[in-house]
Amino acid sequence: MELETRIYQKENNIRIGKLLKDSLGDIYSSRFLAKQLAVRDIKAQYRQSYLGILWAFITPLTTAFVWIFLNSTDTIRLSDTGIPYPVYAFSGTLIWSIIVEAINSPTASTNAARGILSKINFPKEALIISGIYKLLFNSLIKIIILLVFVFLYGVGFHWSLLLFPLAITGAILFGTTIGLFITPIGMLYKDIAKIISMGLSLLMYVTPVVYAIPKEGIMKQLMELNPFTPLILTARDFITGATPEYITYYLGIVLVCIPLFFLGLLFYRISIPILVERMSA
Amino acid sequence: MNNQSDILVKVEGLSKKFCKDLKTSLWYGVKDLTSNVLGKSKQQGLRPKEFWAVKDINFELRRGECLGLIGHNGAGKSTLLKILNGLINPDEGKVTIKGRVGALIELGAGFNPILSGRENIYNNGAVLGFTKAEIDAKVEEIIDFAEIREFIDMPVQNYSSGMKVRLGFAVAAQMEPDVLIIDEVLAVGDLGFVLKCFKTIDTILPNTAIVFVSHNMPMISRICNKIILMENGVSKLQGKGVAAAIDKYYKRFAQNESNVVFDDGSIELQKVDMIDAKTNVRIKELNWDSSLKFYFKFKIKQPMNSPLFNIIVMDKEQRPVALLERNNKEYMISGSQNEIEFFVTHENVQLSKGIYSISIAALKPTSLEPLLRVNNVLSFQIIHNDENWQPFLLKTTYNYV
Repeated sequence: MELETRIYQKENNIRIGKLLKDSLGDIYSSRFLAKQLAVRDIKAQYRQSYLGILWAFITPLTTAFVWIFLNSTDTIRLSDTGIPYPVYAFSGTLIWSIIVEAINSPTASTNAARGILSKINFPKEALIISGIYKLLFNSLIKIIILLVFVFLYGVGFHWSLLLFPLAITGAILFGTTIGLFITPIGMLYKDIAKIISMGLSLLMYVTPVVYAIPKEGIMKQLMELNPFTPLILTARDFITGATPEYITYYLGIVLVCIPLFFLGLLFYRISIPILVERMSA
Repeated sequence: MNNQSDILVKVEGLSKKFCKDLKTSLWYGVKDLTSNVLGKSKQQGLRPKEFWAVKDINFELRRGECLGLIGHNGAGKSTLLKILNGLINPDEGKVTIKGRVGALIELGAGFNPILSGRENIYNNGAVLGFTKAEIDAKVEEIIDFAEIREFIDMPVQNYSSGMKVRLGFAVAAQMEPDVLIIDEVLAVGDLGFVLKCFKTIDTILPNTAIVFVSHNMPMISRICNKIILMENGVSKLQGKGVAAAIDKYYKRFAQNESNVVFDDGSIELQKVDMIDAKTNVRIKELNWDSSLKFYFKFKIKQPMNSPLFNIIVMDKEQRPVALLERNNKEYMISGSQNEIEFFVTHENVQLSKGIYSISIAALKPTSLEPLLRVNNVLSFQIIHNDENWQPFLLKTTYNYV
């Protein structure tokens, strides 16, 4: 029997093709590990709490409630959104929270595995994949809640609703790709996590999460440039059955993200030994 | 499969540098990241605030061989293990490893405290690279091996630390590695567990190349047939001479300072010497089977009856291995006498080769209450040609019939 041979040395030249092949090979070989880690975390998360699943969507819901309250009491005046405002606000905050979670997911998974990263050699890609599994699970719950609201407020069923999961998949891909590039630096410096969380909370105000894009002005330009805008709007349009105005921008983002995602995986793979060397277990 | 000659681990000129300062280390991390991603590797040598944690290590390891890695704390042993395990990349040199690598560096990796033992078998197994089918097939065996069937569905956070380690080892023991890396994990657990670990290691050793890090020298000499003594990242001594390396390791810690651990002020040790022994730099040398002879001189500060003397021979790890027979009570000192001097002799010393030290205690003759106890008053080395790790080498005659 031929034994598998591994060589460890300072990498002098990186061959993208071989790296990518190794990376994908590891993803395939570690599929059980990825699943097991996701199942472990999900089980543990819910076993130690009574409210359990509620925590997955309580933050976006409260944000939405605040805005619904502000709007309904005329504290602020929002332009017409075209659909019942609660549905607009709920869908916005829920989709937004999915994207934010996706951005944070690679860093969170890697951080949680610090202890084993510095002790055991296992395919690190499994951490990313298990993060995606957890994301899908949490997103599924959020989507179900969202659908309840949609029918509660009488938006009704549209065939485009079937495309909604695809739109969410695109959003998750986008978020995870960003997360993959952030993780290596974020593991070294704590500042990164702070910057990201602050940046995202500001970014929400130039994204049509709880209010629509204004008709004109600098805000309109900003919002239309913002890559988060097409993700939110396209997903929302699929729910309400409206014509997705930003579908081209959306598809463009997804098309750019696919190669970037694999590039991010390679970046992650290359960076792990350097991180393990520099971080405390 | 069981080819004795195939080299499983080959290490050539392996070096690794670390940084002493965290902020600088992180910044170098960013630099390494970018240079790695861009595929550049121009810088060699040390940057400011860096040092070599591992420098120019070379060795080969075949199936059936066990390499002991010893050295003081911070000598670079764990760093070397991390490189061998592929956790961090070397800065210079090359490691070639053939076959499945198993690492007993942390037992129970991937455990989640909230989940039950059974669920965690799957978590741990997955991290170690088992497939679901493999774990399914072995789960009962693992539970039996860990001897915790009764508690297997209890959350792991309620396990005792010993139980956790047993469960972790039971999973790890299912690996069938070609190369096994062991780091100090066997130190925990009760005697039964340690014995079990040894049994497992003994059974897999013939088909495996093992790299074993430990501070437990008897364990090293029991298992290993090759050794590297590391000091400040470099290999000081290397090869088949396990005992020589262990001696050298101990010499580093040979402390010549005696310490008084108990003193009631009535008697004081003034002089101690070893008679008929060669003095080599800092230690007395004596051939095996010759006479062990000490000279002691005490000053008596308060009038007393003749004390009893407990002279204890300690091994390198400060374990008492022998007691010299006590002096008899008939020996009397007069009230005005303020000194006691005596020789004590043990013929044909049969301690096995190695370094020993002696401690002496003076006791009240009747109540055996201590008056004085001094540890490590003198160190000596027993010389013999044969290596053995048991504490005694007893002289024998064989009569063939």
